[in-house]
Amino acid sequence: MNEQSRPLAIDIDQLSFAYQNQNVLEDINMKVPQGSFLGLVGPNGSGKSTLIKCLLGLLTPNQGTVKLFGVNVKKFDRWNDIGFVSQKANSFNSGFPATVFEVVSMGLYGKVGLFRFLNRKHKQKVREAIAQVGMEDFINENIGQLSGGQQQRVFIARALVSDPSLLILDEPTVGVDAKSVTNFYTMLKKLNDEKGITLILVTHDIGAMSEYVTDVACLNKCLHFHGNKHSFEENKEEMMTAMYGHEVNLLEHNHDHDHHHHHHDHDDVRRDET
Amino acid sequence: MIEVFFQYDFLRYSLYTGLMIGFLAPVVGVFIVVRRLSMMADALSHITLTGIAFSLLLGRYYPFFAGLNPVYMGMVFSISGALLIEKLRHMYQYYKELAIPIILSGAIGVGVLFISLADGFNNDLFNYLFGSVVAISETDFHVVIVLTFLVSLVLLLFYKELFFLSFDEEQAVISGLPKRSLHFIFMILVALVIGISMQIVGILLVSALMTLPVASAMRWARGFKQMFLYAVLFGEVSVITGLISAFHLDLAPGGTIVMTNIALLIGSIALTRKRSL
Ligand SMILES: Nc1ncnc2c1ncn2[C@@H]1O[C@H](COP(=O)(O)OP(=O)(O)OP(=O)(O)O)[C@@H](O)[C@H]1O
Ligand SMILES: [Mg+2]
Repeated sequence: MNEQSRPLAIDIDQLSFAYQNQNVLEDINMKVPQGSFLGLVGPNGSGKSTLIKCLLGLLTPNQGTVKLFGVNVKKFDRWNDIGFVSQKANSFNSGFPATVFEVVSMGLYGKVGLFRFLNRKHKQKVREAIAQVGMEDFINENIGQLSGGQQQRVFIARALVSDPSLLILDEPTVGVDAKSVTNFYTMLKKLNDEKGITLILVTHDIGAMSEYVTDVACLNKCLHFHGNKHSFEENKEEMMTAMYGHEVNLLEHNHDHDHHHHHHDHDDVRRDET
Repeated sequence: MIEVFFQYDFLRYSLYTGLMIGFLAPVVGVFIVVRRLSMMADALSHITLTGIAFSLLLGRYYPFFAGLNPVYMGMVFSISGALLIEKLRHMYQYYKELAIPIILSGAIGVGVLFISLADGFNNDLFNYLFGSVVAISETDFHVVIVLTFLVSLVLLLFYKELFFLSFDEEQAVISGLPKRSLHFIFMILVALVIGISMQIVGILLVSALMTLPVASAMRWARGFKQMFLYAVLFGEVSVITGLISAFHLDLAPGGTIVMTNIALLIGSIALTRKRSL
């Protein structure tokens, strides 16, 4: 299969980014063809969320360009083609008096357009999206009264409801129970297989993730690796050592530490404890 | 009890204006509360006072201003104040809330100067501070109708966007909403509603009418739409009760309206004790 012939969903060219003086991303080049399911992994603080924010135009890179579907992100305006679940989905104020239905509806606002309201069809879509994440019993509950994992599912539904052609998920399954995580990954794979939605999934759950994705990217300030799953599997151990400093137990949830630049002998012990 | 309000034109205008305020203030208030801008509403109402004092001062020298309802100058001041606060918020990226006290105290300071230049307090000023049952003339009343219509229309048209922005600013921006323009439009609406409301409620208590019915509504509402329903219900009840009792007991309506709201709030908290927010 010729990867390069597929049109690109994302094209990152020589991107660098710094917060104040701290370089967080250096010379990132990454092309993601449409229809990929990319797992983006890397230790805590490696710049994954920062890269995502650059992709979405929330942060402006110091250098380099980002293109979405061939359009420079600065000029991009088809935002309702893009779904996003942010890492801190709980950033909303938790006492907010909005029902699950109302929150998921927001995902359609861009599509509905200014000065218009949701029609019957839209409302039906909202209900479907809520059912898709298994939250139909809570449709009229206030979002603030749900558990963290339930809230996360609602935000996933909000990202899905507009039928995005690119879906970006920054650690979407934190706080979601194990069974639901499996269901969720299966659902993502289905979206990718059947509807051809391009997916970017940021996760620390390298073991579980690699069963579902088509491609993997490893980030730690620089892009250490980006390729299809099979070449990732072949180079996995090498990659992990390069990124995390040590071989990591890939099947465990790895909420890694910030010590990846140094070589601490105690690191292995600490990981086993988590 | 209420009949007397229909016997005299000026009372009728006050009552109708009151009904519109009882609708507008809580509706705008819902957004103010969920966006945590209550302080902002307070600041803007004080700036309105500065504008009013300025207009009264000008009225001593220029007949044009003597004939003009000072509230219009108040609205101009509070819109400019809203703009200034926004400017300052961008200068103090990490201490955004600092913008409000800066403008608030600045405005009060200038207001006090204007008041002393105009030879101190007079009866007019007292009414603007605490509200009045008889403040509304026919022209004012027509202006209030037009403004009520405009504010409601804009709120309705931007309902979705304001809701989204209040709930989750980051996502709203990603989905392409023009955050700054929306915020700007909203602040103008707030300034206008303050200007309309203060004629009856008084400047010191305007922000109470914007926040107290919403505080009560929060105890009852399921979802955002219901917030408006309950807030307007409480707002109207308080305005009607407040106006009637103010007239019969010869009190300033600002006080009676706010006390009614406090009573409704205590009632709401007592009846919904099991829920914590
Ligand atoms: N708003 C900010 N201001 C300054 N520095 C920041 C900010 N956000 C992140 N950083 C820094 O940038 C680096 C990368 O952060 P980022 O959130 O992108 O990491 P991440 O890969 O998403 O980590 P995690 O796995 O913990 O989510 C970190 O060193 C962090 O300290
Ligand atoms: Mg992150």
